[in-house]
Amino acid sequence: MIRFIFCLLFIFSAKISFANLAYITNEKDNTVSVIDIKKNKVIKTVEVGQRPRGIIMSKDGKLVLICASDDDRVEVREAKTLKLKYYLPSGPDPELFILSPDDETLYIANEDDAMVTVVDMNDKMIIDDIPVGVEPEGMGLTNDGKVLVNTSETTNMAHFIDTGTLDILENVLVDARPRVAMFTPNDKEVWVSAEIGGTVKVINPSTKEVTHTIGFEIPGVNEESIQPVGVRHTNDGKYTFVALGPANRIAVIDQKSKELIKYLLVGQRVWQLAFTPDQKTLLTTNGVSNDVSIIDVEKLKVKKSVKVGRFPWGVVISPES
Amino acid sequence: MRSIYFLHIFLIYFCFGSIILEARELSIKQIEERKQADLKRLKEREKRGNKKFSKEITLSTKLIFLSMERKTPPVLSNLDPILDDEGFYGVKLAIEDNLTTGRFVGHDYKAEFHRILLNENLKSEFQKLLDQGNKFFIVDLNEKELKTLFETSNSEEIVIFNVRSKADSLRNENCKKNLLHVPPSYSMLSDALTQYLVKKKWNKWFLVTGPDENDRKYADALKKSAKKFNIKIKKEKVWDFSADLRRTAGKEVPIFTKGEKYDVLVVADEKGEFGEYLTYRTWDPRPIVGTQGLTPTSWHRTHEQWGATQMQNRFRRESGRWMTEVDYHAWTAVRSIGEAITRTSSNDVKDVRKYLLGEKFGLGAYKGVKVSFRSWNGQMRQPILLAAPRSMVSVSPQEGYIHPDSELDTMGKDQPESTCKF
Repeated sequence: MIRFIFCLLFIFSAKISFANLAYITNEKDNTVSVIDIKKNKVIKTVEVGQRPRGIIMSKDGKLVLICASDDDRVEVREAKTLKLKYYLPSGPDPELFILSPDDETLYIANEDDAMVTVVDMNDKMIIDDIPVGVEPEGMGLTNDGKVLVNTSETTNMAHFIDTGTLDILENVLVDARPRVAMFTPNDKEVWVSAEIGGTVKVINPSTKEVTHTIGFEIPGVNEESIQPVGVRHTNDGKYTFVALGPANRIAVIDQKSKELIKYLLVGQRVWQLAFTPDQKTLLTTNGVSNDVSIIDVEKLKVKKSVKVGRFPWGVVISPES
Repeated sequence: MRSIYFLHIFLIYFCFGSIILEARELSIKQIEERKQADLKRLKEREKRGNKKFSKEITLSTKLIFLSMERKTPPVLSNLDPILDDEGFYGVKLAIEDNLTTGRFVGHDYKAEFHRILLNENLKSEFQKLLDQGNKFFIVDLNEKELKTLFETSNSEEIVIFNVRSKADSLRNENCKKNLLHVPPSYSMLSDALTQYLVKKKWNKWFLVTGPDENDRKYADALKKSAKKFNIKIKKEKVWDFSADLRRTAGKEVPIFTKGEKYDVLVVADEKGEFGEYLTYRTWDPRPIVGTQGLTPTSWHRTHEQWGATQMQNRFRRESGRWMTEVDYHAWTAVRSIGEAITRTSSNDVKDVRKYLLGEKFGLGAYKGVKVSFRSWNGQMRQPILLAAPRSMVSVSPQEGYIHPDSELDTMGKDQPESTCKF
């Protein structure tokens, strides 16, 4: 009977058109919710592996990759139907990952095991494990894919890795519990958010020096609940958006001057962020209120929130097809 | 055709697999499999050659973990094994974490484990360790034993981390400049619990205290919390039956709890000599809180938020058992030292102590917010879990308890009330 329902679901799902879709992993439901961004509506929910967290897409938009953390593997699904194509091996407890610009290599942060696992997407085999700090999480890549930055939550470092030799180039101490590393569009800076430290550090990738430390103060919000996680830069170099966790706000920062422009109130415990390809819309995952906030980037206003599954964690949006 | 076959296998796996693998925590079998996979990959990596990033060691720090051999108490519950390695794996994991960080900055850490045997003298053994020039101590000792450590000479130029005793006196009148406390004090625990009971409007208590000295201390803290938060203690009784309750609780407890109007039965029984037998046996149907039932604690096996799952898994993989409070305190103490040394690039006792008690120090310790030390008495400020045996009920401080500096300071004795003078 259950199998029958599943089959129905797959048949049904195949009919849905493919454009401007956002995929949200629901950590506690073991599902992925698919939102049609034009309609601001969940159009389907698909069961996936256990404890899905990180989610990304291939550059051509054909594949969706999901970290099934408690299954210790990465699921590769067809973006159109979310049908499972195959599994990729990963180390234990994969959390976040990133694909090389040519979609050939996958770098996975294995939270339980202090390793960045490198997987060949063609052979579907592990090429190497790079020992990094304890509880690796954030992954950032330069546009040319030559330098990878990984953050380790307990070691409190940003590790710069040469993707050619898979050697660590340098380790930069940041504030407590770094969660996300994100290069600016021109690759001249990498921004690292520290959840417990409550800051974002801006690092110059050539000198490996911290050039700015951005702190946050929100009237009426306890300092301890300001916990920066997700970071996204606009390509025009204007804004950077930082998700502030249980402060329930997104900080909008001037990418050049590093000054705060404003705070946007979103749902509870906001973690990850994603832009639409035209960068006119930003989506946030709000883990405690179980919804996704949709932000108008030009007006810097929250447009709507959409209910998804329990503990929405990661979000990815399909490229323009 | 093949793909349909594959899909069916997937579905079958999914339908059955999800039933078996429902639990979030890893089963021992899964942990074993991970261990095997780790070992296999480690071997493969060794074959490829070691590419570990490492800097030249510029700073070496030795820590001492001190514990006492204890007489095994009579077994009252055959459910939980009696542990004689509490703290050990906490220190071990934290040293590994420190070493991982240390590798990148050129810092080395070592821990020595010293267990004082029943026929040995704590004071003289400790003096030996001091004379050898050791500076950093993690000690798993009770209040009385801790006090004897300060009867030795040269005890000023060291830092001692208490990882067991919750006694309030050590944080107040008997506080020491170089003694830091990771465990929440009794008054922090009782405030954490009381805040929640106030939120539930369970304002009338029946307080039952056990025969031990620590039970009395816990009960004292509870009484002070009741006063602070305007709770009425309708009845107070001391449990002094020495009989094994396993066969007779059904007769004793109803009479013991009869005749009072109260919302909740509050128990102070650290050893668990009778507290477990109160549930479902009270005259009126009332919930049990305190050392049994809903319990305020710094660590619990049901804790899975804020990355705690990773810690639970790592600990279980290492030790084959659940992490206890003492293990968690030991981990936190060693990580605190590591964090201070990493940030100050110094392992001088004065630098480390100054950094730990300063405003800059903050450690991620799986509690959602950073933990730090109160500068006025060396107590670690931390959120406190309120756990039922199989579920996490809440985490204190509760919403609405505000404080000018840190909401965590709404629990326990705040700076103005503290009698600690360094």
